[in-house]
Amino acid sequence: MNFDDLIGHIGQHTVDGLSKGAIYALIALGYTLVYGVLRLINFAHSEVFMVGTFAVLGLWTAFGVENNPPIGEAVLMLVLGLIVAAVASGGTALAIERIAYRPLRRKNAPPLIFLITAIGLSLVLVEIFGLVLPDLLGSVIPSMFGRPRQIVGMPTIIEQQTLFTIGNTSITNVQMIVLAAAVIMMAILDWFINRTRYGRGVRAVAQNPETAALMGVNQERVIMLIFVLGGIMAGAAALLWSMRFGFTQNSIGFVLGLKAFTAAVLGGIGNLRGALLGGLFLGVVEVYGATLFSSQWEDVIAFVVLVVVLMFRPTGLLGESLGRARA
Amino acid sequence: MSDETTAVANPADTGQPEAGRKLLEVDNVTLRFGGVVALDGISFDIHEGEILGLIGPNGAGKTTSFNVMTGVYRPTSGAVRFLGQRVTGRKPHHISQLGISRTFQNIRLFPEMSALENVMVGTDSRHKTSVPGALFRLFRVRPKEDELPEVTATGGIVRTWQQVRRAFAKTFGLSRHILEERAAEDKSLELLRFVGIADRANDVARNLPYGYQRRLEIARALGTEPKLICLDEPAAGFNPAEKEELLDLIRRIRHMGVTVLLIEHDMRLVMGVTDRIVVLEFGRKIAEGPPVEVSRNPRVIAAYLGEPADAA
Amino acid sequence: MTDKNRKAEVRRAGPVERIGDRWRALPRWQRALGFAAMIVFLYYLPLLGIPGLTWLRTDSIAGGANWAGVLFTCAVYVMVAIGLNVVIGLAGLLDLGYIGFFAIGAYSVALFGSVNSPVVKYLQRQFDLPETWAVTWAVCAFLALVLTMISGVILGWPTLRLRGDYLAIVTLGFGEIIRIVARNAEGLTNGPQGISAIPGPEGPPSPDNQIFGLVDVKPWYWLAITFVLVMVFAVRRLENSRVGRAWLAIREDEDAAAVMGVYPFKYKLWAFAIGAALGGLSGMLFASRYAFIDPTQFNVNTSILFVAMVVVGGSGNMLGVSLGAVLLAYLPERFREIADYRWLAFGLAMVLVMILRPQGLIPSRRRTRELKDREAQAQEAPAHV
Repeated sequence: MNFDDLIGHIGQHTVDGLSKGAIYALIALGYTLVYGVLRLINFAHSEVFMVGTFAVLGLWTAFGVENNPPIGEAVLMLVLGLIVAAVASGGTALAIERIAYRPLRRKNAPPLIFLITAIGLSLVLVEIFGLVLPDLLGSVIPSMFGRPRQIVGMPTIIEQQTLFTIGNTSITNVQMIVLAAAVIMMAILDWFINRTRYGRGVRAVAQNPETAALMGVNQERVIMLIFVLGGIMAGAAALLWSMRFGFTQNSIGFVLGLKAFTAAVLGGIGNLRGALLGGLFLGVVEVYGATLFSSQWEDVIAFVVLVVVLMFRPTGLLGESLGRARA
Repeated sequence: MSDETTAVANPADTGQPEAGRKLLEVDNVTLRFGGVVALDGISFDIHEGEILGLIGPNGAGKTTSFNVMTGVYRPTSGAVRFLGQRVTGRKPHHISQLGISRTFQNIRLFPEMSALENVMVGTDSRHKTSVPGALFRLFRVRPKEDELPEVTATGGIVRTWQQVRRAFAKTFGLSRHILEERAAEDKSLELLRFVGIADRANDVARNLPYGYQRRLEIARALGTEPKLICLDEPAAGFNPAEKEELLDLIRRIRHMGVTVLLIEHDMRLVMGVTDRIVVLEFGRKIAEGPPVEVSRNPRVIAAYLGEPADAA
Repeated sequence: MTDKNRKAEVRRAGPVERIGDRWRALPRWQRALGFAAMIVFLYYLPLLGIPGLTWLRTDSIAGGANWAGVLFTCAVYVMVAIGLNVVIGLAGLLDLGYIGFFAIGAYSVALFGSVNSPVVKYLQRQFDLPETWAVTWAVCAFLALVLTMISGVILGWPTLRLRGDYLAIVTLGFGEIIRIVARNAEGLTNGPQGISAIPGPEGPPSPDNQIFGLVDVKPWYWLAITFVLVMVFAVRRLENSRVGRAWLAIREDEDAAAVMGVYPFKYKLWAFAIGAALGGLSGMLFASRYAFIDPTQFNVNTSILFVAMVVVGGSGNMLGVSLGAVLLAYLPERFREIADYRWLAFGLAMVLVMILRPQGLIPSRRRTRELKDREAQAQEAPAHV
């Protein structure tokens, strides 16, 4: 138990936690959107994120990005990375919906069948990136697929520099970008769901699918839309992850996905702003916990938080429901 | 509804309420869902051995008060007492063990189980063995003569085997689990006969005709050996002949010594079989008393008979 | 049953179901004979040498085909599948952290039975015992059973009130926690180094062991298959009793079951505890046979593999889940050249089975009907999600 470290650097740990939690929050949105409309845990969403990180890596490899490129190139690579990751993740999410979930929906399968299918899909995606692609492309792009199932490093796009210091808390430029980008993405999504025509359709289906169908909302299109939106958010998370941590792996999705799901449940699954709150909260709790005990217990903390939340407040901090997404 | 119909459909054997002790007391129960008051200070008693009708127009709170009695909802204030014990706040399975059982308005059988198994789920609740009993069967009971395994084969190795089993059971007894399973099966079959659907005991509940499903619900509820059985619109969708059969069945249930609470839309059915009637409207009790009296009550006529479609 | 209904039933039944019906229609003595023949065959299996089937290349014996070893793996997986089937197939609870119970069972025998374990060393110091002292295998087996059952109850108590999909995620987290604890708590489990010299029925592994040695796996297989048969017998007893009826009733309509006097939570908890105990027993046998365990053997993928065995085989049907277990254990061993691709294949198998034949390869009759009915409902009212 390391109370001194925690209390002495509480500000620093909070900032670290927030910038970590911002990434969880972006992934959590995917769970929340799908759950809000379909009452279904899209277990394969963690792999949507993983595909995003590989897309970013692929782009940077294709352009031959070196460590610490000039600022113009860095910005270009980040913008392009966002687009590529969003397309790759959104496309993966859409493919998952079309290939696996739609046939099951037609058959009115019980929820557990959806979950098992999603687990299977998740395994398939992990193995495609861990084994199939290395076998096929290992000799072509050794920097990406040279060693199957291993951690792959990425070039550092932006060097971590302390932007400013308050007391003994220093905030780096990368942390700042991550937090700002995450909040901006959230705001855009929130606006989209609450203020646009498409968003109204999503909320209508989330509240009452039958009535929405009678009112002429195309349910299939709404479902596709939410998968794509969740995918885009995961893609953004993938870019931020690549920029901040600079590595990826085929199995990276599992733990991150579980944590993002925890964040979604924590904030109230189906609730967009809850996902943000839950993500940030979980990130902070995790960093505090890791400081108190030791970083090797970090993953356990997230699971314990999940169990405790589900036991005492299963509807999360802000309550469920995408339909009443005012909160 | 005229007095003649009431008199005709009111045979002598149900004419007088039997003066039993209080079985169930509904004491000033109020239930709110958010701002909506579903039940507003309802009080009535059910006496042992009677058939009590609970009527009222749609949305009057009949099924809701049922749900309060069987532990599905917890009232905002007030209490339900069964034989002096508080029922409110207890879990449904506990209430069932106290002796209250019910059927569902929209049939809720176990669709993939056979009719017999459906009733056996009910009878199981009175049995003592559980997982260890089913697994190890250590608790032995000395069986009666007719419970011993029979020797039916005429000769050969099969006969020897049956004799060995019989001798074994005689010496070491039978496990309580086996005896209870057998008792459950016998009793369930008997109940299926009682409600008149034993001919399809082994059919999956889903494949049974509608009328059979309704009666299977009653058999399943009786399986839990209730002191009070609550029937939630058991005649919904029945033709007159089936309704007549149902009336007869309800009377026979009372003869078994089970008190009946009957929720019903069909006024004639209620008038014909019940000893007393409680009338609800908008979550409040507006009348209580013998059928003849209630049917003359102007408030009831205004509230209930004004609704034309239901009396049919 | 009326003729019309019966015809409809036959029409809905696939070829596998029809074989099952014919089997059930046989006289009792013929079925008994069939079972007896099956059991004899199972015990004879390791001595069997069908070319192609037993043509296995394993790394544990240079150049030798370790047919019995593969059979042992299959038998342990069948044990796992039967245990998990109680949870998934009978009680209808999706447990994604079954590996956690398997690990607890394995670690029970390792921590109390091996002279190399920190726990045994601690006990030796405390009570001045000789350095060769450790808890006997039989006691360890019992401990494994009890400890896993307790952990099943501890996990189930708070979580079984949750909705099904939440339960799945929480159990997944539980499996991960067990692995992380095994890795990090070095003072208790030796951490990543693992624990060696785990005893078997004859005591600690040594070349002197007459029956349960490291080289000849046949006795281990026979032991495992005996466990399997006892488990099948026990689970059948539960299935065909009021316990099985209660599980089915809860699966079909939990509220109605509660009103009929079945306490859903109690029966779910029993299913969880029984499943956990059987998983622990499998883990115990697994650890005894290999005499060495470390935390990497208990990863999430294996847990998902367990679920795949049950759902691909046909949850609710013991023959089905056993077939699933044998297939998923045998095929990667048989086709070692492409064994690396087995996880991909498992994932694909899960997806395909769920989409094309969600009741599994050898399904339980009731499961098949449930799914078909839901499908029929969906066709009647296509607007619903």
